[in-house]
Parts: sequence; C-alpha cells; structure tokens
Amino acid sequence: MEVIQLHYDVNANDFTCAGEASGKLKRELKRLGFEPDVVRRTAIAVYEAEINMVIHADGGAIDASISPECITVVLKDRGPGIPDVSLAMREGYSTAPENVRNLGFGAGMGLPNIKKYSDKVDIDTVIGEGTTITLRINTAPAEN
Amino acid sequence: MDVRQLAEKLNAEVLCEGDMSREVTGCYIGDLLSWVMSRAQEGDAWLTVMGNINSIGVAVLADVACIVLTEGAALDADALNRAVQNGVNILRVEDNSYITAIAVAGSI
Repeated sequence: MEVIQLHYDVNANDFTCAGEASGKLKRELKRLGFEPDVVRRTAIAVYEAEINMVIHADGGAIDASISPECITVVLKDRGPGIPDVSLAMREGYSTAPENVRNLGFGAGMGLPNIKKYSDKVDIDTVIGEGTTITLRINTAPAEN
Repeated sequence: MDVRQLAEKLNAEVLCEGDMSREVTGCYIGDLLSWVMSRAQEGDAWLTVMGNINSIGVAVLADVACIVLTEGAALDADALNRAVQNGVNILRVEDNSYITAIAVAGSI
C-alpha cells in the first residue's frame, strides 16, 4: 500500500459539523482494513483535536498521511495559541466557555485524550499565531 | 441481547433506527462527551441526557450499540438528521440513568 494523503477543512464555531472530519477519517481507516484498536485510537485523538479547533481556534486544516506502518495527522489552526501547554495537558483543566460546556464539551479531557491515544504527539504553539498538533499512531507493534 | 430486544425490555421509544440487530455487550453512563468517547466501549448502550448533534458524533466514533436518552431527554432535530444519516440507534426512556442501567444490566 502506498502512502495515502487526506485533507479536511474544519470550520470555526460550527458545532453542527464538528466531528465530521474525524468521522470521515475513521470510515476511511476502516475501509482500508486497519485494526479496530488503531481506528478507534485515531478517531478519538483526531476528534478531540478537531473539537479544540472549533472551540478555541478559528477552525483549521487536518492533513492525514496513512501508511501501513503508521498514521500521522497534522492539525493546524490559526487560533490564539496555548499559553501553558503543561497546564492544558492536565486532565480536567479547561478554558471552554459556558455555552460550549452546556453542549457536553469542556471536560478538560481534550489534550489528555490526544496524548493517551496517540503513540507520539508534538504540540507547536505560538501565542497569537496558532497551534499545530502532530500526532502519530503506530499501526503495528514496535519491533524489538 | 440486541438493540431491538433492549428497546422492548426498557419499554423505550425508538427515535432512530439504524442496525437494531446490533448486540449490546455493555453499558456506559455519562454526559461529558470527551469522557464518554474515551471510556465507553464498542457495543455499549450509552445512557445520557445529551441529545444534541455532537452526541451523535461521539456515538459513531465510540461505536456504541445505541444511545439511550434517559429521563425523557430531548433529541434535537439536527441530531436526529445526523443519526439517520449515520444509522445510529436512539432509544428514549422516562426512567433515570440509574434505573435504566439496572434494567440493562439484567438483560445482557
């Protein structure tokens, strides 16, 4: 299988479409025959990052690169940036506004879930410019 | 037990029919979507009062067998549309999540 590149745009403040990109990616991974655990981990991590883009940034773009060995997803936004990444990584810490919490978001699990379900996460954030999250999910156990 | 049998057992209103023959293998209760998505298991009956469009996204991603809206919680119109598109089973009961979970536990 050659490397497959997929691109999705995420709209700002559009909760009716939130989760669409991760849903499409999930279907694609299923169709390609990846293990259910790989599909689930990727879908959860990408969904959380996608929701973060909708809540905190002005939307953004998702680029996935799928190879037999690993799935790499780059999520890039032009939002406000994350002032304190280690604080944002803490379970339960959230800056989501009240209206967003009423929809069931803002549990402070977004970044922790991304880290939990990915094999590798890089967060590149610049205040006032935006955030790029690169996550990798290995599709096969690492060779010893 | 499949979703159709669960609906009968709970005396639930069926708001959206996807694959009602899906097997229900567990149960998860929660309204915080991130929490649910990371902890609910494939095949669970997901008990919640959250009937908005994002609940449908979570149900699809977590691959639960069905959503059970408890305490007669409302299902938004756009959520129903999304559920129809994605074939998500949605039931609704008047009991609270505790009482409903007991009934689910006695059935699977």
